[in-house]
Amino acid sequence: MESQNNNNNNQEKFRDPNLDKRTVISPDGQQIEVDPLQDYFEQARPQVHKPASKVIEKFLNWARAESLWVLGFGTGCGSIEIPPLTTPRFDAYRFGVAMRPTPRQSSVFIISGYLSVKTLKRAIRSYEQMQNPKYVIGLGSCTINGGMYWDSYNTINRLDYYMPVDNYVAGCMPRPEAILAAFESLKKRIKEGRADGANKYAEHFDWYKANQKKVIKDWNMPDYNW
Amino acid sequence: MSIIAKLLWVLLGLFIILNWGLLMGALIRKIVARVGKRVGIRWYQPWLSLPMLYSTRSSISHGVMYYLGPVFRLSGGVGIFLFMPLIVGSPYFDNFSFAGDVVVILYFQFFGMLGMALGAGEGGHPYSTIGISRGLAQFTTVEVPLTLAVISLAIQYDTLSIKEIAAAQQGGITNWTLFTNPLATAAALLSMLGIFRHAPFNLVQAPNEIPIGPPTEYHGTYLGVLRTNGAILHVIEAVLFMNLFFGGAGNWIELIIKTFFIYFFTVFIGVVFPRFRIEQSVVWFLKVPLVLGILAILFMAI
Repeated sequence: MESQNNNNNNQEKFRDPNLDKRTVISPDGQQIEVDPLQDYFEQARPQVHKPASKVIEKFLNWARAESLWVLGFGTGCGSIEIPPLTTPRFDAYRFGVAMRPTPRQSSVFIISGYLSVKTLKRAIRSYEQMQNPKYVIGLGSCTINGGMYWDSYNTINRLDYYMPVDNYVAGCMPRPEAILAAFESLKKRIKEGRADGANKYAEHFDWYKANQKKVIKDWNMPDYNW
Repeated sequence: MSIIAKLLWVLLGLFIILNWGLLMGALIRKIVARVGKRVGIRWYQPWLSLPMLYSTRSSISHGVMYYLGPVFRLSGGVGIFLFMPLIVGSPYFDNFSFAGDVVVILYFQFFGMLGMALGAGEGGHPYSTIGISRGLAQFTTVEVPLTLAVISLAIQYDTLSIKEIAAAQQGGITNWTLFTNPLATAAALLSMLGIFRHAPFNLVQAPNEIPIGPPTEYHGTYLGVLRTNGAILHVIEAVLFMNLFFGGAGNWIELIIKTFFIYFFTVFIGVVFPRFRIEQSVVWFLKVPLVLGILAILFMAI
């Protein structure tokens, strides 16, 4: 199993005792071996999914573009700019944008600001649980080059080293109007068939994983999990 | 009529009901948005979301029962549809209605819930399990006043056939069960709030309580099937109440207007009232609606 070869030297140092192999005794006296890393996570590599034929894909891309389901996951200061999108003033629903509470049902992941390394781990897990096709919007300067945190010891500087990004919104912080504009430009990209981040992630999986492991020291999960 | 022709008419009815359900869902969301001074979703948004869901390229399965959960839910919705007469006196749109269809329909309401319970349970997510236990607890108490109201109607009209109950209410608004048996209507309308699960009783699927309850783990095509079922179920449940209490429908226009207002009644209450906790809603259904249901039976039996 590839997922067992976590090539991170710090793994032993940051070992989570909850994830150790152990034997538990069931109520009727049976001994059961539990290996959390095997049992609690699915460990298949992401696959490249070929698009459907041209005409059908065009129609499906149109439907996907006009029905963007955003994962409610806030990172950094930009997350305060997301809730106004659902209010009467900005009302993103009229553009086909809806908020979803679980990653599996969402198609758009907004990284809303700086990503600390600790949050990056959660962001990657959420991103991998989203189903193909999925799109990422990087919000604010912090996701482009680190912004005001560019020399911080604990935040990442470039988001697209860690997951494929479809759209960036510059600014610190961008206003909700800028996010609406980002949705419009993402729609254009999807309709042109260029927003294929999920397949890109699957194709260059090893490169993304290596980058992620370079910064995440306490990597105590399988390489791919949903 | 041959069985093939019958099936084609049933499919036509299902097609109309599905599309009206999608449109009604969008209209209601639009009205609620306008109440909140928003523009709201586009009226054709549900037709865009369904292909988006059905065309998700990858999906995850947790096993056979997980896969069957939405299928059971859909067969629950379509099952109610199959036994529901849509248009009073029409040989084309009475579907497979028969002498005891109201009993079958009461059963089918639970069928989808139980299928979902098994399916979502296999997903292994604790939120799903919490949502299921809440949903089943609430729905069990919802069914009690509804069943009492239906028994009251069975005594009143001396039949268990929805077709005959609807036919008996023809010939003027005063013949509706709403006026001939107001107690049963009140009990059923109060339990209807729990069936449609709008605000006072929407804890089961409230996004910000536990992430959306039983369908937490369902995505892509699974969720598409659940949404398709939701559109069918909303209309067909409204048709059930229309047939039992509001005189049925003589044509499609009447059906569309009546189902809209029946469904709108629950949405209206949902906009006005805040959400109940699950133990509050369970107790609520076992107080006033239950007493009304028992009184309705007593008045009809004496």
